[in-house]
Amino acid sequence: MIPYIRKPAGDCEHACCLKIEHLSVRMGQEAILEDVNLHMHCGQMVALIGPNGAGKSTLIRSILGQQEYEGAISFHDEGGKNTRLRIGYVPQSPAFDRGDPVSVLDLFACCIGRRPAFLGFRRPMREKVLRCLANVRGEALIDKRIGALSGGELQRVLLALALEPIPNILILDEPLSGVDVEGMETLMQMLDEIRRRFDLSILMTTHDFSMLERYCDRVVLMQSRILRQGTPLDVLNSDEFAAAFHMGGGARA
Amino acid sequence: MSVWYAICDSLHLEFLSMTFMKNALLAVLLLAPLFGLLSTMIVTGKMSFFSDALGHSGFTGVAIGALCGAVQPIRFAVALAVVFALLFSYVRSRSSQSADTIIGVFSSTAVALGIFIVTLGGRSFTKFNRYLIGDILSVTGQELGLLALVLVGVVILWIFCSNHLILTAVHPQLASSRGVDTRRNERLFSVAIAVVVTLAMGWVGLMVINSLLILPAAASRNIARNLRSYHALSVLSALVCGILGLVTAYRLGCSAGAAISLYLAVYFAATFALRRVSR
Repeated sequence: MIPYIRKPAGDCEHACCLKIEHLSVRMGQEAILEDVNLHMHCGQMVALIGPNGAGKSTLIRSILGQQEYEGAISFHDEGGKNTRLRIGYVPQSPAFDRGDPVSVLDLFACCIGRRPAFLGFRRPMREKVLRCLANVRGEALIDKRIGALSGGELQRVLLALALEPIPNILILDEPLSGVDVEGMETLMQMLDEIRRRFDLSILMTTHDFSMLERYCDRVVLMQSRILRQGTPLDVLNSDEFAAAFHMGGGARA
Repeated sequence: MSVWYAICDSLHLEFLSMTFMKNALLAVLLLAPLFGLLSTMIVTGKMSFFSDALGHSGFTGVAIGALCGAVQPIRFAVALAVVFALLFSYVRSRSSQSADTIIGVFSSTAVALGIFIVTLGGRSFTKFNRYLIGDILSVTGQELGLLALVLVGVVILWIFCSNHLILTAVHPQLASSRGVDTRRNERLFSVAIAVVVTLAMGWVGLMVINSLLILPAAASRNIARNLRSYHALSVLSALVCGILGLVTAYRLGCSAGAAISLYLAVYFAATFALRRVSR
């Protein structure tokens, strides 16, 4: 396993890196994102913060390829070779209909299997899904319906799904919302373990600032453009942070 | 067809003595799995209002076909419903309004256009009643062949696309983040519904066709715990209620489509009662 080293921000030599350069998104006359520049290295955990409507979701959609943009998003591996970026995406929960008769196993099979899920499963698929769920200590959830999962359970299932196949970057949209304090701690520890084990970068949006210092390497504060980025302490104590959250009536957690 | 007639004769059932009843039974046996399969996805994808609107556009297609003097206006109806379905998914992807609002716009426009054309020049609406009520006894051998082809098509679609269709229905964002072409899936599926709804309209009746596209899955959801039982229950219930409905229609002389719907409604009530116990 590759040892986990904290790499300095901005320097992309000899490390796999996701580069976002001069990214802009416009809707009509309005600029949703303006000249966003961001480098993310493998093994880094980066938190994206900003008030509502700051363009966090738009940035994520751009990386996912669901949004047209100007500028460039590229990815190169440790050798410096440009490769196709594999993204694991954990959408914001709750998003499933509570009544859907889709089990966790069904959901996995629909994503990673070739055989139609409605015809049932063979043993290898079940075993593979159990291995995936083991990454998030969720083996017991395999036969539960996705609509019957609690917020934390659903979060873990979606995380396990995003890790199959192992991505270069894991993107989580508001993973901490709707999860209790204990659940938050478990989730953050799990993410921390995952990034070390698989040497992948994690990008998450959040409104909860209490976890940032302990778990994140870098915090990016944005409002259409990037206001400030750096270590959690640096960003949370900056004037830009105070201006973005205090003046707008938001509360610091 | 002769094989089917021989099978029916060998059963020695009184209601199967007439050829049109044999045809009708085969039609039910072909339509039921179609409705059963499609309904699972319509309900999961929250498209029940959409399939209803497609039926309305099918009616408009029949009206336009009749206006043009076509011998088989149903072909116009299928074509128009497909155009309608594609146009709808185009408008939906370009508009910020919610899907049900846009469906409402399309549906009412289609009905208005249909009635406008039918009543043009003071003509009577009566001869179109057969599309509203439907008559399964009118199905011909040729139409059954077509129906079988459509069933094969839908089964193939299901074998190759159902995983991605389900994913698109339960969570579009998750689907597209995994490289699923959600737009293409939605289009494929809308076209499949359009073809089935318009073809079946003349036999089942526009007024009740949507209940057949919703009830099997809606009821099965009450008790199903995974996709396999969901699909199996949905297809099975459509088959059982289809046959029961046809026999009832024969005995009582009522509309088969209505009888089938009522049996499905009873099935829904039964599964709804069971739901509390199983959860």
